[in-house]
Order: sequence, then structure tokens, then C-alpha cells
Amino acid sequence: MLETLWNNRIEVIAVVLFAVGLTTLFLHKNLLKKIIGLNIMDTSGYLFLTSLGYIEGRLSPIVSDGNTDPSRYVNPLPAGLVLTGIVVSVSVTAVMLALTLRLYRRYHTLNLDEIYRIVHREQEEEP
Amino acid sequence: MNFCLNFPLFLIVGSLLFSVISSVLPKKAARVLTLFLTLAGALLNLVIAVYCQRTGGSFTYLMGHYPHPWGNELRIGFVEALFSSVFSAVLFLTVVGGRTTLEKRVAREKGQFYYCMCDLVQAALLVLVYTNDLFTGYVFIEICTIASCGILMIRENGRTILAAVRYMIFSLIGSGLFLLGVIFLYAVTGHLLMPNLRESIAALVSGQVYRLPLLASLCLITIGLSIKSGLFPFHIWMADTYGNAIPASSGILSGLISKGYIFFLIKIIFDVFGTEVFYASGIHNVVFALGALGILIGSVSAIRENNILRMSAFSSAAQIGYIFMGLGLSPALGMEAALFHIIAHAVTKPALFLAAGYLSDSMGSAKKFRNLSGAGYVNPAAGVFFSFEAFSMIGLPLTAGFISKYLFGIAAFESTHNKMIPTLLVLAVSTVLNTAYFARTVLRIYSKNKEPGKFMRVAVKEQKNYMVSAAVFTALNILFGVLAYPLIDMLAVGLTVF
Repeated sequence: MLETLWNNRIEVIAVVLFAVGLTTLFLHKNLLKKIIGLNIMDTSGYLFLTSLGYIEGRLSPIVSDGNTDPSRYVNPLPAGLVLTGIVVSVSVTAVMLALTLRLYRRYHTLNLDEIYRIVHREQEEEP
Repeated sequence: MNFCLNFPLFLIVGSLLFSVISSVLPKKAARVLTLFLTLAGALLNLVIAVYCQRTGGSFTYLMGHYPHPWGNELRIGFVEALFSSVFSAVLFLTVVGGRTTLEKRVAREKGQFYYCMCDLVQAALLVLVYTNDLFTGYVFIEICTIASCGILMIRENGRTILAAVRYMIFSLIGSGLFLLGVIFLYAVTGHLLMPNLRESIAALVSGQVYRLPLLASLCLITIGLSIKSGLFPFHIWMADTYGNAIPASSGILSGLISKGYIFFLIKIIFDVFGTEVFYASGIHNVVFALGALGILIGSVSAIRENNILRMSAFSSAAQIGYIFMGLGLSPALGMEAALFHIIAHAVTKPALFLAAGYLSDSMGSAKKFRNLSGAGYVNPAAGVFFSFEAFSMIGLPLTAGFISKYLFGIAAFESTHNKMIPTLLVLAVSTVLNTAYFARTVLRIYSKNKEPGKFMRVAVKEQKNYMVSAAVFTALNILFGVLAYPLIDMLAVGLTVF
């Protein structure tokens, strides 16, 4: 059991990080911490992918000395996926930060429960 | 005729390109582009649907001519073409019908961004329907999330921003889980294209290896996509979101975007795992139970609501429950019922939201029921269309809603795993509950106004766009309700090559 965990330590760390990020995103009241949780969650996925793509002793897939034997190089696809994923997570984070900024300017707090209480009161008063 | 095989790529690239251009165009030009694009989407996909129907199969479009397992592919059959046609048509009609409220409620200098987001929604929906590659699917799921957040908070007040934040949090959890599921699949199979995944998964299942990772990945993908589409108990973001956005946005979100995710899930079940694996995993039972619970709890919450838009939102949660119930019921008839309900709900819900929005506008932005008495007299067109769509949601004959309830009933009779009685019970109870809250609303908008003369009767001239779009929605609804059988037969044939 322990040996399996040790052999797959990077994957285990990735899954633990994913859980940490997910619970922070879901349960934390503070909007900024939620966004940090989101980033931890996404990054753990990229850690998993990167570790899949790394094979010890092989080179990065850029042919420089004329050797085109594919067994010398690692598969570039996981790295490509990670790069795409990073772009996605950066843009989502930007959107979330912009939303948070708007909310903060309006309600002067980052506590989601607090904002919810204020908004609920507003809603009761409308026609 | 073979030229039509290029249409999907044209539409996707066109949508992405137009959305970028729209952001710097004046509002009117951006609107023309969006209308052109969505109409083109509806018509061209209809052509592809006819082509696939004639050839009786599906085709794979290699992007850049790289064969699998390296390239990126689109795969289109009758079902995909039909759904993208319906999605584009509904988007077109919703944009046409929601124009008046959009111009009234949204700051003048931001109008073009709304159309820019609509183009992005169209691109994302088309890719989710067509794509043959899981990672491309993930990227466009995120694009869809961002675009829907944009159309939600285009009318900027505190509540829409809060609703958008909540929606984003749920959506991001969903896409995070989906991504983890895709990574697990990639780790055990080494593929991302659906046909290769299907082969490797079949080999793994028959060799009895990697059972746990496969099951975990199926779970994660199903949970991720059902969170995003709002299956019970993840439906709690819906009421705030749909209750505060402008009606066109609520319509697009509940009628199209949620359905896009569900369609992608169905595609994954068929093309990646295979129905045998899905229906042997036990996950379908969970999906079935959550769907059934979602129907009941969504309907009860709708009855308890005193706000017309929030009530429609809870009714959306119930309708999502129907689709998932069909998905969990059986691979053939249950799936057909679920697919038909996606179409039926897509042509009903946006029209209902638009009508509710116009009714509320004509009563001075009133949303609470107590302030809506007599709204049907103040705005006769919206009142009539609201009542019709409500009848379709209840499932009266001649409407699309009737056919989908009927199909769920048939599917229940032919299902084997002790699901017949619960399905029939849920259908019966939910019809009663639906009738309760929709009848209450219709009676309310046609009841006597306490202060007659306070609100001016809305002139036809002021809402020509809306009336045209609502009339087309109604016609489509009756069309699907009356001529359902040819369509269902074609769906059944299409599912065999799905």
C-alpha cells in the first residue's frame, strides 16, 4: 500500500491538492480565497498531466542534433495540453477577479455570506 | 453536395471570428452579424441533417488532414446536425425576441458585447455538439462558461454580479471535475479522440484491468457535466441566476447552454464509454434517482416561489431532471425521450422566459405575483404566448411537451430494472405539480387588476420583434408536437450511428 503510494507520489500529491482546491472553492466564504482555491485545483490537474508526460532520461521533443529517433524524446502532447489548460485557467481567473472587484466596489466586503444577506434584503423590497 | 461537409468548420470559425469583430463594431452591426450567423447556423445544419439522413450515416471531418490518433476531428451525424440546427434557431429567435428588453435594460455602450457573447455561445455550442476530441470539448466548455457569465451580467447591478459569481463557482467546480476525469482517461488510455478512446476502453473492460480509474473517470465526467447543467442537488444557482438576468439571457442559459452540456455528456456516454459500460456501472441509477428527485423538488420549490422569473427557473431545474431521468432509464427509449425533451424544452423555455419578462415589464418591472394581476390584459400578446408555453410545460396534447411526457411514459413501460413504477409515479405527480404552479400563474395574469388604468395597454408596434419570434416559437412547438413521429423515427435511426 505505502509502496504504491510512494511510487505514485506525484499523482497522490496532485489528487490531494485537487481536493484542497475544490473544498476551498466550494466552502470558503472569502471570494479571494475561493479564487485561490480554483487556481490550486486547476494547477493540480496540470501537475498530474505534466508528471504523465515526463519520462526519465528522455529529451524534450525538439530535434537539435539531427537525431529523429522518436524513442529519444518524450511525447509533446501532455505539455501542449498543460499549456492550453493554463491559458484557460488564466482567463477564468481574470473573469472571476473582475467580478470580485465589481462586487467589492458595490458592497465593500469580500465575504460572500455577507453580500448574500444584503442582496436578499434588496430582493424582498423590489416589486 | 459534398461541399456541405465543410459547413461545420465554416460555422465554428465564423462564430469565433464574428465574436472578435463584434466587440469593436457599433451595436447595430454586431446585431446583424449575430442574426446572420445564427440563422446561417440553423439553415446550414438543416442541410447537413438532410444530407446525413439521405446517406444514412455520419462523417468525420479531419482538421488539417491529420488522421487519428494525432489530429483533431469533428464528427457529424443526423442527431448532431439536427441539434445544432435547433440550438442555432432558438438562439436566433431568442435574440430577435429579447431585443426590446435588451435595449431598454442594458447600457447603450455595452450592447455590442452582448452580441459578441451570443456569437461565442453559438461557437461553443456547435463545438460541444460536433467535436470528437475530449480536450477540445473541455476548452469549449470553459469558453461557454465565460460567455454565459457575460450574457448573465450584461445588465449590471449588484444582484446579477452576485448571481454570476455563484454561477461561475458551480460551473468551475463542474469543469474542474470534468478535467480531472479527462486526465484520468488520458492516463489509462493515452488517447483523447473519441474513437481511439472507445477502442482502448473496450479492450480495458474486456481485459478487466484499470476498472477503478475508468469508473472514477466516468463518475467525475458525469458529475462535472451534471453540475454545470444544473441537475439536483446542484440546481441552487438557477433561481438567483435566471431570476435576475434579462429574460433573453435566462432563455439562452436554460434553453441552450445547459442542454449543450447534457448533449456532450450523452455523446461521451455513446462514443467514449459505450452504453454497455455506462449502463453496467450503476451510475445510471444515481443519475435516474437524482433526476427524479430534481423533478419533484424543483416543482415543489416552484410552487413555493412568489416571483414569476424564479418560478420559471425552478421549473427549468425540474425539466433538467426529466432529461437526466430519461438518460438513466434505458439506452434506447429512455435516451430518445431525453433527446426529444432537450428539443422540446429548448423551443419552450426561452419563449416562456421572454413572455414572463414582457409581462413583468408591462407591469412596471413587477416580478412578484401579487403585482402581476391583470398583466395578461395589459400585454395581451405576452399573456397569450405565456399561457401557451405554460400549457406545453404542463404537457397538454398538440404541444411538444405532451410528446416528451408520452415518450418518458413509453420508456418507463419498457425499462426492466424496477424503474417503471417510480418513473410513472414521478411523471404523474410532476404533471399535477406543474399544473398547480402554471395554472396559478395563468389565472393570476388574467385576474382582475386592482388598480385598472394604472398601466397602459402595450401597443403591438412596440413589440413587433417579440411577437414574430414568439409566433415562430409557438409554431415550432406545435410542429414538434404534431409531427413528432417522423422526427422520433429519424432520431432512433440517428442514434444507431451516433
